[in-house]
Amino acid sequence: MTTPTRTRPTVTSGIGDSPLRPDGVPKLKGEFQYAQDLWSEGMLWGATTRSPHARARIVSIDIGPALATGGVHAVLTADDVPGPGMFGLEHPDQPVLASDEINYWGEPVAIVAAEDPDTARRAAAAVVVEYEALPPLTDPEEADRADSVFRRLQIRSGDQEVTGEVVVEGYYEVGTQDQAPLGTEAGLAVPDGSGGVDLYATSQFVHADQSQVVEALGLRPEQVRSHPTGVGGAFGAREDVNLHIHLVMLALHTGQPVKMVYQRSESFTGHVHRHPARMWYRHHATRDGKLVRVEAKILLDGGAYASTTSAVLANACYFAVGPYRVDSVLVEGIGVKTNNPPCGAMRGFGAVQSNFGYESQMDRLAAELGMDPLELRRRNALATGDRNPTTQQVIQTPLPVAECIDSLAAIPLPDGDDPILPGGSGLTTDRSHIVRGVGYSVGIKNLGFSEGSDDYAEARVRLTDEGAVVETAAIEVGQGLVTVLAQMARTALGISKAIVRHVDTSRIGSAGSTSASRQTQISGGAVMEASRRLRERILAHHGGDELDDLGVHRAGELIAPMSELIREGWEETYTFRHPPTTPPDDDGHGDIHADFAIAAHRAVVDVDPELGLVRVVRVDTAQDVGRVLNPVSVQGQIEGGIMQGVGLAVMEELVIQDGVIRNPNFTDYLLPTILDAPDVEMLLIEQGSWWGPFGAKGVGEPPTISSTAAVAAAIRNAIGRDLNRVPVRPEDIAL
Amino acid sequence: MTVNGQPVSAEVEPRTLLVHFLREDLRLTGTHVGCETGYCGACTVHVDGEPVKSCTMFAVQADGANVTTIEGIASNGDLHPVQEGFWERHGLQCGYCTPGMIMSSVALLSKNDRPSEEEIRHGIEGNLCRCTGYHNIVQAVQFAAARMRGEEPPAADWEGGE
Repeated sequence: MTTPTRTRPTVTSGIGDSPLRPDGVPKLKGEFQYAQDLWSEGMLWGATTRSPHARARIVSIDIGPALATGGVHAVLTADDVPGPGMFGLEHPDQPVLASDEINYWGEPVAIVAAEDPDTARRAAAAVVVEYEALPPLTDPEEADRADSVFRRLQIRSGDQEVTGEVVVEGYYEVGTQDQAPLGTEAGLAVPDGSGGVDLYATSQFVHADQSQVVEALGLRPEQVRSHPTGVGGAFGAREDVNLHIHLVMLALHTGQPVKMVYQRSESFTGHVHRHPARMWYRHHATRDGKLVRVEAKILLDGGAYASTTSAVLANACYFAVGPYRVDSVLVEGIGVKTNNPPCGAMRGFGAVQSNFGYESQMDRLAAELGMDPLELRRRNALATGDRNPTTQQVIQTPLPVAECIDSLAAIPLPDGDDPILPGGSGLTTDRSHIVRGVGYSVGIKNLGFSEGSDDYAEARVRLTDEGAVVETAAIEVGQGLVTVLAQMARTALGISKAIVRHVDTSRIGSAGSTSASRQTQISGGAVMEASRRLRERILAHHGGDELDDLGVHRAGELIAPMSELIREGWEETYTFRHPPTTPPDDDGHGDIHADFAIAAHRAVVDVDPELGLVRVVRVDTAQDVGRVLNPVSVQGQIEGGIMQGVGLAVMEELVIQDGVIRNPNFTDYLLPTILDAPDVEMLLIEQGSWWGPFGAKGVGEPPTISSTAAVAAAIRNAIGRDLNRVPVRPEDIAL
Repeated sequence: MTVNGQPVSAEVEPRTLLVHFLREDLRLTGTHVGCETGYCGACTVHVDGEPVKSCTMFAVQADGANVTTIEGIASNGDLHPVQEGFWERHGLQCGYCTPGMIMSSVALLSKNDRPSEEEIRHGIEGNLCRCTGYHNIVQAVQFAAARMRGEEPPAADWEGGE
């Protein structure tokens, strides 16, 4: 366990400040190297042949015509995969290339390397694959009945016979959302000439990429080095391997560097999506609004391969009740395997889906009781020292549910018209037809990895003539990790000059994934502790009592200048672990989670009920952030996270029919534009985490968790109609 | 054509898009490809002073034109006020949309040096950002507009007020 280092006011751009992003200038000048921009002389371009069927048997593959295409250097199929040929973030159940069966639309069958991208794509299209199409399993309820499942999880707490005076039931659905980062999947693999390869590819977790490449291809670990590379957004889409193993195969086969960039349509099938959900809920309460029992059945469609379905399902179930006290709980969770596109991580990771279920139920219950929806939530608010009603874990971290609700309620509601009408610049609506609605939602989520995973991050801090250099393999996806890790090093060391340098998997231990809102807490914990220990060692070595930019001081006198410390070559490596968690017992109980965060959202919408159009006017929030280490970055995460929640509420959905994605492009998969963006007012609730460095809690996911349900509630409030599905479509409102 | 003030000449296939010519022939990789369908705006450049999504134009259509990319916006190493605004007002996170956002914003400010918030939003509505929620992008353009008029930029909303 670590204790926060005291804040040292002499340090500039330390904790609590908002220094300008160190990656700002290269990104602003077009000089920042994203994976798409990598270049190696003599490199080849890769492309992928994908299945046009959601389920099929491969009868034959003829690579002859593709190989005969001028400029083609390699065409590889499952027969060319050197090792076991299977990968997966949690379970290696996915073939690198399909050999005899196809399990989803777009599954890779062959890969090509050619002298330019157009030739590569033409050659990929020239691979002749004969398929025997089979009927796909695409209905998740049918998959449940057929026991085609990745995981079942049952949670039972308290008296299972108890009932409430008031009972409300509901059925809810969440559509399939895509992370849609603006940069598609891309990478470059460079052979080292002695059987190894350097991989530079879009990622959230280079050590997991490296180990999956090694295991799938039967290589030795030292043969593959995975390098952190510029990433154009992530949001969960880059946690799984996609083109990584293909690139390494092509580079090792040809002996030349190979680059691959997915086109947008390919990106929609090349990465996992947010799980679509079906949820059945029954809430029991007393007449005065105390929850008595919650029953839930949560069905997530994991698609064709496991990815992180097991962990996503776990989150959906452990947070199926929300941040509320209730003694009696029954949750049945099923993550099914179908022939739909594989689903995995997206911001919020299971907590988003069940939030829409339990918060819709809380509103339904409030209406049944004739009670104010916030008052019902306040009466049942979970707090520190309570047991999470699902897992029965005693919550040790500050859990300001009531504070978030009260703070949110204190933000004034807007008065007057919004300048933008529903329907946007089309302006098809007469203002007199517009109705306004207000809705609320409160969300809870775990931070970091759970259920007994060994969740850790390694970081190294060195003193060099560049200042303190933090070395890490933790991926910056835009959230500002490179800014905040340097801030932590400055404050913990007492030195103003600090930078973050990414190093490859051969030069540092794993930082874990940039996901689960975890890097500020866990890589941050490693940086803080390495810095603190380095400072103590330096002071002890020189017998000093103070370290700053000038060097070591004793009783106010400089006794070892910084130049001497740099010559001495100080460095410290530390591996940080959060408090251990446990796997669930048979009732789903245990100390499952390391930390929790809360957010509350209030959405205001204008609706045109005749055309079914919605304008989200504003989304205000109060969020439990632990301690704010970088105010501007926290603000940016909250505003961006709310925008993605609004997207899921009213416009973002992958339309999948018979296993085929019908809208794999930005013309038909709608993303919020600057004219769709609501105003946001936020209040940050600062109560330091029980173990996070400097009291930090992760802040990336909570904004996305409950903003969706708040918008849906506001639309219900505007039109006075039940809406049990997000995204809310025009026909759900107008027909 | 002229690109960022330098004359450029090359043989290209008729179907080569301007964005691919810039990125692959000239290695000006600051112009990004996000969607390939003219929707996201990450590939926005200026052709004869007008903002153009360079995935919607063939390279040969720019024959003889004056093209400016994100690499040509800063002068003598100094950031353009719009670049400065995006940095100072945290108008970027992953940064992938940023070059296109900047090119659209520069074009907007060249026609309207005192845009309202609504005019800013309409002026860059063809550029998608997936990270920021756009709020700080509006503040970045307001910062730049003030700087270009020689005025003190308005305080950021996190600097008090609001």
